[in-house]
Amino acid sequence: MVENQHVFEIKDFNIYYRNFMAVKNINLNIEINKITAIIGPSGCGKSTLLRALNRMNDLIIYSRVEGQVLFQGVDIYDKETDVIELRRRVGMVFQKPNPFPSSVYENVAYGPRIRGIKKKSQLDEIVENALVRADLWKEVKDKLNESGMSLSGGQMQRLCIARSLAQGPEVLLFDEPTSALDPISTANIENLLQELKKTITIVIVTHNMQQAARISDYTAFMYLGELIEFGLTDNIFVNPQNKLTEEYITGRFG
Amino acid sequence: MSIFDVELKELRERVLKLGIMVENAIRDSVKALIERDSELAREVIRKDHLVNAQDVAIDIECIRLLALRQPMGSDLRFITTTMKITTDLERMGDLAVNIAERALELNEEPQLKPFVNIPKMAELAQAMVKDTLDAFVAGCSRLPYEVIRKDDEVDDLTVKNFEELLGLMLQDPKIIPLAIKRTYIAKYLERIADHATNIAEMVIYMCKGKMIRHTTIEE
Amino acid sequence: MKQGSESIHKPFYLTRKKRFNLKQGFFLSLIRTFGFAGAIILFIILFFVAYNGISVLSWEFITQSPTEGMTKGGIFPVIVGTILLTVFCMAAVIPIGVTTAIFLSEYSKPGLLLNMVMMSIYTLSGVPSVVFGLFGLAVFVVAFQFGMSLLAGAFTLAIMVLPYIISTSEEAIKAVPYSFREASLACGATKWQTIRKVVLPTAMPGILTGAILGTAKVSGETAPIMFTAAAFFTPGVPKSLFEPIMALPYHIYVLATAGTHIEETRPIQYGTALTLILLVLGMNFLGIILRSRQRKKKTW
Repeated sequence: MVENQHVFEIKDFNIYYRNFMAVKNINLNIEINKITAIIGPSGCGKSTLLRALNRMNDLIIYSRVEGQVLFQGVDIYDKETDVIELRRRVGMVFQKPNPFPSSVYENVAYGPRIRGIKKKSQLDEIVENALVRADLWKEVKDKLNESGMSLSGGQMQRLCIARSLAQGPEVLLFDEPTSALDPISTANIENLLQELKKTITIVIVTHNMQQAARISDYTAFMYLGELIEFGLTDNIFVNPQNKLTEEYITGRFG
Repeated sequence: MSIFDVELKELRERVLKLGIMVENAIRDSVKALIERDSELAREVIRKDHLVNAQDVAIDIECIRLLALRQPMGSDLRFITTTMKITTDLERMGDLAVNIAERALELNEEPQLKPFVNIPKMAELAQAMVKDTLDAFVAGCSRLPYEVIRKDDEVDDLTVKNFEELLGLMLQDPKIIPLAIKRTYIAKYLERIADHATNIAEMVIYMCKGKMIRHTTIEE
Repeated sequence: MKQGSESIHKPFYLTRKKRFNLKQGFFLSLIRTFGFAGAIILFIILFFVAYNGISVLSWEFITQSPTEGMTKGGIFPVIVGTILLTVFCMAAVIPIGVTTAIFLSEYSKPGLLLNMVMMSIYTLSGVPSVVFGLFGLAVFVVAFQFGMSLLAGAFTLAIMVLPYIISTSEEAIKAVPYSFREASLACGATKWQTIRKVVLPTAMPGILTGAILGTAKVSGETAPIMFTAAAFFTPGVPKSLFEPIMALPYHIYVLATAGTHIEETRPIQYGTALTLILLVLGMNFLGIILRSRQRKKKTW
């Protein structure tokens, strides 16, 4: 039997803000081409852990880490790591859609441009592919030069997804991507994620349990910075092993 | 306690109520047979519609809770097993009615031979039903493995009863109609025991999260 | 309510309100008066200068050089001088100011160095303009040996307006939402790429507005250019950066105090003042309009 490839292997991983231990002793593997959801109550460290995967938590002064995060077998916190290249291969979509105040085309072309791609025909192709993959092409193909901020909320979020996709990442990290959207846009994006996981590994942080239950293959439950339980979504929601997990998913927390 | 917790508590009580109704029906139908009390038998038959109504009401409530509360984990297992358990209970009620109907018929005739096996089976079956409902209400502190074991005893008694009656039938063909009816009654009791076993297996699933239906006790 | 007894039977809260309104009204009028005072004073000044100077304004005034000991002719080289000073000053100050603003908002870590820098900038903005003039004289005119020149004047003005440019640029840069920077970095951009391609372009309208308002400040300064650049008379457009130039504020000063025909040149003084005021007001106006339009256009 071929062992499933682990895109991320997180080993004995801790994250500190000054002296506060925000994330403790995480041991977790992210499987390729699957959607892994991280759930838990507010302040449990799930966003912090997510941002550690593409080293976005480096931006916070006084943050430091211990342990290893292996991406495709290589420790991303090693001194030799090219953080820029890491962020190209591990993209991120944020909670509030944040397109740049330029045109739709420029938004998506941003990534390729900073990599040095100048030829217009190449850029056109990349932009179109990314917008198609983000299920936005049909809606914007006639208004590529209009401002990215003139779109609706759901469209803006898909634009941000397209912007990340234009870099050709292997992993996409989503930090509560639909919590600012209405139910229909949310459903659209959930369907999109199901489609994207065929070619990309997805890790999604969500405070909406039903969303995790709907779309994820694996679920990790975190509480107060620790990983309480991790397993197939089916098992976590039908028959969790840990009492804390059971209390959280049945809504009997706190 | 949230609204949902209250609803779950009420659901549990309803199932218990249904279980007691069924327990009584079984007990009364066998009593009507052994004490030749036709009035009691008719009462069992009359009361069956209450059992059916309660089964339907519980099913409707379960479906409503699934839709509106999106239960997870143990709540989910509780509600889905409740739906299956009430089906078994309702069938047991029907079987009690069948016993009562045969009792009515047999009470018109002189008794064939003293009831030995059937009371034993009835006692076992009733104990199984009681035990499994107690386990359901006790919330997983006691698991009804005993119930599953007792089912074998009931099966053995069924066979024993049949062989005795067969012997009598071969001796005196005139008593065949009566004897056959008594084999039916034994069969009904055996199926009651089977349903009780099903309920026990569902209760174990509800508690442990592992399906053990259709497997042996060792597995 | 009976007709005759109205005044006695009015509900008590009505009269209370009337007293309240009276008090409110008094203070409101007081505030309005003081509020308008600023505008009133401005208009008085404008009117005064315009009344006295409008007679000399004409196309010739703007395009001709002064003649006959400044008593006749125009102020063409004066206007040119002011414009050149402003242009070169901005050319010098904007790169330094914007770079400093970038350093302060993007690269600096809280600590002793940052506090020192910010303290310095703050102090610099409080220095009197005449001190800048002396400084420019000592450093640019004498030490660097530029002599009294356009260049020395432009640099002196640049140092003077530097705190203002830094602060408006910093404000514009800080106004760029953090989410833009986050998005850029998450795409795999370096910090410098993020600044160059996202932060600066977004902040540019604000920076430019600050620059325009800065030019308004600079074109009216007299003391800094008195010791470093201004000359009593130059024949026309300077041919090199190292030549002295005429400037509007200095011209007014010179005509009103040091010239040989003080009374005769009065109208020209006022005309020059009017030109200067119109120039400064025009730049301010332009800056304010641009800023409000840019604020309306903001979509984030």
